[in-house]
Amino acid sequence: MPIATASQTIGPYWHLLRDDTWSDLTRFGATGDVITLQGRITDGAGNLITDACVEIWQSSPPVSDVFDGFGRAASNAEGLFSFKTLRPEPVPGASGPMGNTRQAPHIALTILARGVTKALWTRIYFQGDAGHDEDPVLSLIPPARRNTLIAHQTKPGVWHLDIALQGASETVFFEI
Amino acid sequence: MSDTAPFRPPVPGSQPEYDVKIYGSTALRAPSQPLIRIAQSITERTGPHFSPARYPSNIDISKVASGEAQGQRIIVEGHVRDEDGRPVPHTMIELWQANSCGRYHHEGDQHDAPLDQHFQGSGRVFTDENGKYRYTSIKPGAYPWRNHHNAWRPNHIHYSLFGPGFATRLITQMYFEGDPLLKYDPIYNSLPDPAAAARLIAGFDINLTEPEWALGYRFDVTLRGRGATPFEDAHEEH
Ligand SMILES: [Fe+2]
Repeated sequence: MPIATASQTIGPYWHLLRDDTWSDLTRFGATGDVITLQGRITDGAGNLITDACVEIWQSSPPVSDVFDGFGRAASNAEGLFSFKTLRPEPVPGASGPMGNTRQAPHIALTILARGVTKALWTRIYFQGDAGHDEDPVLSLIPPARRNTLIAHQTKPGVWHLDIALQGASETVFFEI
Repeated sequence: MSDTAPFRPPVPGSQPEYDVKIYGSTALRAPSQPLIRIAQSITERTGPHFSPARYPSNIDISKVASGEAQGQRIIVEGHVRDEDGRPVPHTMIELWQANSCGRYHHEGDQHDAPLDQHFQGSGRVFTDENGKYRYTSIKPGAYPWRNHHNAWRPNHIHYSLFGPGFATRLITQMYFEGDPLLKYDPIYNSLPDPAAAARLIAGFDINLTEPEWALGYRFDVTLRGRGATPFEDAHEEH
């Protein structure tokens, strides 16, 4: 049986792929509940991570001719990334013993960077949404760490979530 | 098998750990807490689809409009398949690399080697209906980095692939057969199973090589397959 090819770090020069328009998921004309999603990335010593490739993928709203569901942004000199996208709706959960029938609105997010050997997987949820207590993914996370996945609104339409790759406030990362 | 079935877990040893002692930059960037294993839902089983109409391909990195890059011209061809050997058709592959002198067209690269005004260093190709891809480039040079004393990255081309679901997203590097730097490279050697590292090496292929034009290298990529492995299948209730 073939075995899946190994991951290797994206390294410090991935910006050769960079196209900042990709951080705007509404660029093909998608309309709806438009939000800005941003955050700051730090390492285990609290240093800003200024060379990360941050990617998001959302299964809601569904992909269409005007909405790819996918975005990519570079973290900047302040360690900040920012996306413009549409607010997701609840979606079905995974079937099987670990799942239930419904997941709270969320967006998948991966961090790729120099010193990161394979994608770091996490999710962004939205503070105040219904269904967090029943969400099959949040339910797997010790309550004290759940807030590392929950963005808060800093002003209308602007949601913020800091990401710590390591340390006391370390973001919860998943094995997918 | 349904085309929304979950993807298989990685084969043990086939993927790097996050914390790799020999690769210094991982020390402050690897999670210290255990990962939380989640069941793949629609968010992980589905993924973005890219079309050349919206994301134009660039299958010849060996030149720009104003002229041809310096260096050894190469053709790289291969197939993208899943762990069942099925082709992954119409999937986007992004590529980036150093020039023939080992310098990236990137402001962060301060290596004292010449830039090449005819080499931009990034490309984009799509697999065909049989999962085959092909592009033309120049062989990238080795370059120094500061991981340890006298550290040099072997010749390599960076790859970014998507596949059918977000869970199949893959960033990797393609190396070249016979490179003496491979045995000293902490990134290449970050894999627990040496066979997993060896699969990252493109082989020279005389049949891909074009007379009076370019050397040919073959590099196949395998993305995660869907569903249980046959071994696990045998234990499943149907
Ligand atoms: Fe590189």
